[in-house]
Amino acid sequence: MKKVLLALATAAFVLVGASTAQTTITYWQYDFESKIKTIDRLIEEFEAQNPDIQVEHETFPYEAFPQQVATAVPAGDGPDVVNLFYGWLPAWQQAGYVVPLPEEHFDPATIAEEFIPMVDAAKIGDDYYALPTGVRSLALWYNQDIFNDLGIENPPATWEEFIEVAQEITVKRGEGRYSMIGYGVAPDGQDHHVIREVLFRQFGTSPYSDDNTEVTYDNEAGAEALEFYTDWVTEYEIGTPDFFPGRGNYRDGFLAGRIGMMIDGSFAIAQIRDNAQFEFGIAELPVLEEGGEQSNFGSFWMHGLTPRAAADEARLEASAKFLQFITSEEAMRIWVEEVGELPARASVLDDPELAEDEILAPFLAALPYAHATFFVDEAGQRTVMLDAVNRVLLEGVDPAESLEIAAREEQQMLDAFWQE
Amino acid sequence: MKLKLSTRRAIWAYAFLLVPLLFFLLVRIYPTLQSFQLSLSTWHVDPLQREFVGLDYYERMLNDGRLHQAFRNTLYYALLGVPALIIIGLTVAMLLHGLKNPFGRGLFRAIYFAPYVTPAVAVSWAWSLMLSPQLGIVNEILFSLGLPTQPFLNSPDTALATVTGVVVWQYLGFQVILFLVGLEGIPRQYYEAAAIDGANGWSRFRFITLPLLRPVLVLSIIIATASNSTGFLQLFTQVLNLNFSDPGGPLGSTLTIVLYMYQVAFNRFEFGYAAAITVVLFLIIMVITIFQWTFLNKRVDY
Repeated sequence: MKKVLLALATAAFVLVGASTAQTTITYWQYDFESKIKTIDRLIEEFEAQNPDIQVEHETFPYEAFPQQVATAVPAGDGPDVVNLFYGWLPAWQQAGYVVPLPEEHFDPATIAEEFIPMVDAAKIGDDYYALPTGVRSLALWYNQDIFNDLGIENPPATWEEFIEVAQEITVKRGEGRYSMIGYGVAPDGQDHHVIREVLFRQFGTSPYSDDNTEVTYDNEAGAEALEFYTDWVTEYEIGTPDFFPGRGNYRDGFLAGRIGMMIDGSFAIAQIRDNAQFEFGIAELPVLEEGGEQSNFGSFWMHGLTPRAAADEARLEASAKFLQFITSEEAMRIWVEEVGELPARASVLDDPELAEDEILAPFLAALPYAHATFFVDEAGQRTVMLDAVNRVLLEGVDPAESLEIAAREEQQMLDAFWQE
Repeated sequence: MKLKLSTRRAIWAYAFLLVPLLFFLLVRIYPTLQSFQLSLSTWHVDPLQREFVGLDYYERMLNDGRLHQAFRNTLYYALLGVPALIIIGLTVAMLLHGLKNPFGRGLFRAIYFAPYVTPAVAVSWAWSLMLSPQLGIVNEILFSLGLPTQPFLNSPDTALATVTGVVVWQYLGFQVILFLVGLEGIPRQYYEAAAIDGANGWSRFRFITLPLLRPVLVLSIIIATASNSTGFLQLFTQVLNLNFSDPGGPLGSTLTIVLYMYQVAFNRFEFGYAAAITVVLFLIIMVITIFQWTFLNKRVDY
């Protein structure tokens, strides 16, 4: 009996499949457990609502992801809808890996109105090339158990307090050697963003011109900001880069209870929540003085359409529908719950429930004053800032001089991009 | 028509050689030519939108400071790593060759060879953990002995040498095996005759071992310099994974040509420029290999 039913079902399926034109599209992203699960769930719902569309979901290890895209798209296979870091967009757009979102489905004016301002980074010229589901910001994470042991009552609100608290936590065991550090110094982690979008701004210089064509941090305020940062290591001795061994060094060190505080993104929530053997707290990033300017770095992964989707009307239609679905209010509500990234639509952000969530609140509070750096070469610009720090820390170069070199290098990258 | 036996043999030989030759042309030579073609235009997914730029990318290489740094570093890697591999490899091979106990010989051979068959990524991870400046095992030992701790991979002064050390450690076993095969091919009679004539150890090494080992030595040097998996001129995986959060760092001190090319290609999607770098690297490797082949490869017979 079962077999007969199965045969009937198969026959029915084949018949239905033949009568209605099925469109199959492919979605690609990198391996990130919570994102994979959530997209799977969204695909299920989407397919239920759109029986004529089938979405195939493929994922790749983070390191291999750009390579896969780089080779598959020109060959005409690969994804119709692809996930990319916002900082990659200029390079991808210039090489034709993503196409402008069709205006009949994605009206630029409506997007500008409904999505938070940070999402402007998904735009080149007048066109949006992609849209995010979730956005992220940075916050100060602290080990509440260590704070309790030392009688520290509140997380630091100013950088001065931050240094004091960090010094109290730090335990030295010889010249330049530590068994515990107050702050997980990581210029190769999130700190290069902190310097660029937080310290520069708080010390009184914006990092780039409004049209993103010029580096504007090469001045006294910029040098002071860089010096302030490198002083954390050289003068205040609240930590040292690469203190904890391994790839996830500062985060692993925080989890191991060897690092009192760290600056990390909302994307770390799941990992910390699931692995921390201690109570932890999260606070907004410190300011220079009480009531001083708050600033933060915002970033996001987003979904774009490839030339493969654009090549065929039915696929484009289906891909646009899917993109609309995974960036809808409904999807964002699921996303924030499952992935921990904050909604990219202003309407969902206003949800009072979010503001009451202890873990999410500091990240949420930072969104209005968060800046998403407009990267033309994300990895290259990251190296520029990392090298600016390392020249001071490893070679004893004067911060002003080091920053001047950085500004020159980064300006070259910007020039190269804007020339084309 | 009847062909001579020798002609028929030759035809058969060529027929069989044709298969690997075709394979070689298709898999090696064609992509090389293709990358030259790629290097002459900007990259775009749509071939119609690729703009011909002539030799612009080659000109750009002249003013690319990071690329120059990568070239310099790659040269240092080869100058430091190849002699180290050859000298240590040969020394170890000779020690193993002298071992009389077959069990001990097999055991040591396996020990030396093990790192070579371990994935380079795993080797790099393990070493980067061990060499970590603060809590890594090596510095913990130095510290507990009261010796000065070392920055290893974290200082521009020591990082390149440290990477070289890890690579030498990993590939040593392969060189040892090559040399062992070479040593076993040298007839014992030569040494016996030399001993009767009163030659000391050094003379025997200098006038028997070294000259007769020459073909193996040349092969070793070429593999250590230029091979695409283990050659210092094409060093990539270890550099990328020993300093994963700052590949080629600190301050670009470990950056290699291949790693830089990879960054240009996959971080910036500038395949035109990346292809131009590949072409230049290909030419450099070709010239060096031909040079090594002609100048080192003189046959010696006794």
